[in-house]
Amino acid sequence: MVATIMTQNMAFQANSPADDQAMLATLGLAGIDELFAAIPPDMQTSAFHLPAGLSEMEMTRRLAELADANARNLVNFCGGGFYDHFIPAAVDALAGRAEFYTAYTPYQPEVAQGTLQAIYEFQTAMTRLTEMEVANASLYDGGTALFEATMMAFRITRRRRVLIDEGVNPIYRTMLKCYSANLAFEFVEIPLRDGLADRAAFQAQLNRDVAVVIVQNPNFFGCLDDLSDLIAEAHRSGALGIVSVYPLALGIVKTPGAMGADIVTGEGQSLGLPLSFGGAYLGFMTTRKLYVHKMPGRLVGATQDAQGRRGFVLTLQAREQHIRREKATSNICTAESLCALRALIYLSLMGKTGLVEVAELCAANASYGWQKLTAIPGVKPVFHANFFNEFALSVPANAADVISALIDKGIAAGFPAGRYYRGMESVMLVAFTEKRTKEEIDYLAAALEAALC
Amino acid sequence: MKLIYEKSVAGRRAVRSPRRTVPGRELIQKRLLRTQPAELPEVPEIEVVRHFTNLSRLNFSVDTQFYPLGSCTMKYNPKACEVVAQHPGFVGIHPLWPQLRGGGQLTQGALRLLYETERLLAELTGMAEFTLQPLAGAHGELTGAMLIAAYHRDRGNAKKHIMIPDSAHGTNPASAALAGFQVVVAPSTAQGTVDVKKLKGFINAETAGMMMTNPNTLGLFEPDVRRIADLIHAVDGLMYYDGANFNAIMGRCKPAEMGFDVCHLNPHKSFAAPHGGGGPGTGPVGVVERLRPFLPISRVVKTRDGTYSLDYDYPKSIGYVAPFYGNFSVLVRTYAYLLLLGREGLRAVSDHAVLNANYVLNKLKDIFPAVSDHCMHECVLSAKSLVAGGVRAMDIAKGLIDRGFHPPTVYFPLIVPEAMMIEPTETETRETLDAFIQAMRDLAQTARANPAALHAAPVTTTVGRLDEVAAARNMDLAFEGKFLHPNGVL
Ligand SMILES: Cc1ncc(COP(=O)(O)O)c(C=O)c1O
Repeated sequence: MVATIMTQNMAFQANSPADDQAMLATLGLAGIDELFAAIPPDMQTSAFHLPAGLSEMEMTRRLAELADANARNLVNFCGGGFYDHFIPAAVDALAGRAEFYTAYTPYQPEVAQGTLQAIYEFQTAMTRLTEMEVANASLYDGGTALFEATMMAFRITRRRRVLIDEGVNPIYRTMLKCYSANLAFEFVEIPLRDGLADRAAFQAQLNRDVAVVIVQNPNFFGCLDDLSDLIAEAHRSGALGIVSVYPLALGIVKTPGAMGADIVTGEGQSLGLPLSFGGAYLGFMTTRKLYVHKMPGRLVGATQDAQGRRGFVLTLQAREQHIRREKATSNICTAESLCALRALIYLSLMGKTGLVEVAELCAANASYGWQKLTAIPGVKPVFHANFFNEFALSVPANAADVISALIDKGIAAGFPAGRYYRGMESVMLVAFTEKRTKEEIDYLAAALEAALC
Repeated sequence: MKLIYEKSVAGRRAVRSPRRTVPGRELIQKRLLRTQPAELPEVPEIEVVRHFTNLSRLNFSVDTQFYPLGSCTMKYNPKACEVVAQHPGFVGIHPLWPQLRGGGQLTQGALRLLYETERLLAELTGMAEFTLQPLAGAHGELTGAMLIAAYHRDRGNAKKHIMIPDSAHGTNPASAALAGFQVVVAPSTAQGTVDVKKLKGFINAETAGMMMTNPNTLGLFEPDVRRIADLIHAVDGLMYYDGANFNAIMGRCKPAEMGFDVCHLNPHKSFAAPHGGGGPGTGPVGVVERLRPFLPISRVVKTRDGTYSLDYDYPKSIGYVAPFYGNFSVLVRTYAYLLLLGREGLRAVSDHAVLNANYVLNKLKDIFPAVSDHCMHECVLSAKSLVAGGVRAMDIAKGLIDRGFHPPTVYFPLIVPEAMMIEPTETETRETLDAFIQAMRDLAQTARANPAALHAAPVTTTVGRLDEVAAARNMDLAFEGKFLHPNGVL
């Protein structure tokens, strides 16, 4: 009788009440509470105002209700660094294999070759995509990756001053400021000049105290730049160049490696990860071999066993917290391994040609969108630079209000720049991926025109 | 196995790109474009599918093996939690939508899920409020240490040090340092808990706080935790709780009632979110009332009309520690798990986690000396008695692999020589534990009778022990097509 009642309460506890009794008897104990004798009774409480457990069916229904309370079928032109790309079915099918997702960080290499080889292949993909020499296994997201890269630059240069372009995603700049509160370093934000990094303003600030120049390409406004000259200028004063990138754009866009970047970071969401309300995402970092000992995060290297068989291990671990503790290059432990696996599978499916094609399609859709939207009376491009798949428009109204009005038409028309940039209340950012069709873009243009008159 | 790059043949492909629906082409100047396409694999879909399917089979995982990796809480990850997390109504929502004017209506379900998860975690820990932003346990620690720094700055306190026990996980000191603190190591007694007398000698006006996990990494409850909290609070310091070991006490104790002011939890341990081979995780952070103003923004709030929205109006907030609201897809699993278990289920978790760990300890402590006769959710055994015969904890670990078990944690805690930290979790049957116990006993025998056999282990895996020194020296971190495999065995 009692057994049935207890079983009710025992979701995911493997043993039966009879097992419990037998095991307690082995331990010479009369009841479970005795196992907790080491905890002073006044620290044990039964006052938990928590709901009773649900069956799987009830829980599933509840979660479906919550999921259904979110918008579906909205036509999305909102980007801001996070994009609505198509994900081939094989990504979910393969990353959904429990041998991958129910494993831990690969501390025992002989029983983690699947994870380790995948990370090595991911590292390889990221070096090829960015044209850099080494990549780590993953970091939390694009913003924390940028913070980690900044700290890395301090270790390399032994300087503590940062010049950061205002075209770097304002969310990431806000994060960097948050992290800098307790660390002695100084930030200088350099305003844009017609949408691009202001060379003269950087030059005026560059001196022997500057550790690093941080830029983003394409930047928050979607503008594309060749940053080679700026990075070279940074190098001349002994500073490093960090470039934050949108990895899918690198299907066609000039690489940070080709621009001379020292450290590259980015948000890997565009590579086969759903938007998923902001996470789980994928921070990544690539750099030059020269700096590998200063790098944060796990690294996987190829090696051999005694029989000469190739295998993969976590390597250069002397950088990490479990060995170096407070002197480690980072505190990171659990990172975003499964997301890196998704990115690798995505890149393997897209392949050498497919990634170019999807990037071209995004850019072509954006070009068409630009023509349609700038043809609307009163709507003007804010900048003159080339763009990849996103651009800034000024509208003859408050952009936040305009976007709000279009939600009722089933469109997330973009992101209001005024949310993060003072004086840009009439500016909206509009993003295009391969998922948008001509029909949808025409619908956006018509709806925007209607909303403005 | 060959690398995916070694399977690449020019001209092959997996995906077919969608048709272009718009007239015209992109208008990007050539100088802004890359000159060569990235050398990504050229493979048909079936090769990609076979490649990753076969790679996955090289892993040990919770779904295939007992995985008693101490401190990591490798419990079963319910399939229902996986399935609900894939709902298109969750995966398809853009994180910027609720920041649009009137955009809150687009994500009511997601915001409500976050709000309710925060409330459940607050009730479980006794904390006043939670942030779900931190993206893993160590990120929670960093957030917590930054909250401690913000508190002291606000009070005009000149604080420098954080106390951390010598048994602590490496992320604790690393996180404290990243928040600008110096680390003072608090020594343990021979019994393996914090030596309060010695700790007292280290505490002074510059003490910002103390980070502890309870039970600690030796699987022992820190009996003096409240006394320690009093000592720290007496100098206006704050107590930080590393929730990695929450599986031992959930549904029974509340960290706030032990005297902690800030805590993080590891849903990818305690709440059965899968570990993903190294993430994604999450690291929700809870605080007592007086630290509430410093929590990261945005905050999810429930408005008077019963709807949910984001609030940024916290002038003392430390700011954004993550771009959005945390690792949402992991938080969905967390919420689902909490709903499935409920009040009684969560307490039953710790009951059975502790029972299973003590069962293993009881049946092994005669051959592998333990720090203590009793433990909480995990036990730390030592292989030091085998060292004279040339066998180390790592050799036992490799021997377990050949018997089909994932090894326990052997790289820490640092204060126990030849440590083997075993955490069975509540989701394992008695038969599994018995089989593991038998394997450990057999291995102890092998260690004495034939140590060479253990040095050769594992022999059942596709590779044997790998040359880590060569890996560090050669630094082959990315495939350049130059790798030589002398025997041609792949
Ligand atoms: C005691 C302890 N603290 C902190 C951490 C760090 O957590 P995470 O890996 O989620 O960052 C771990 C993880 O192994 C741990 O065992």
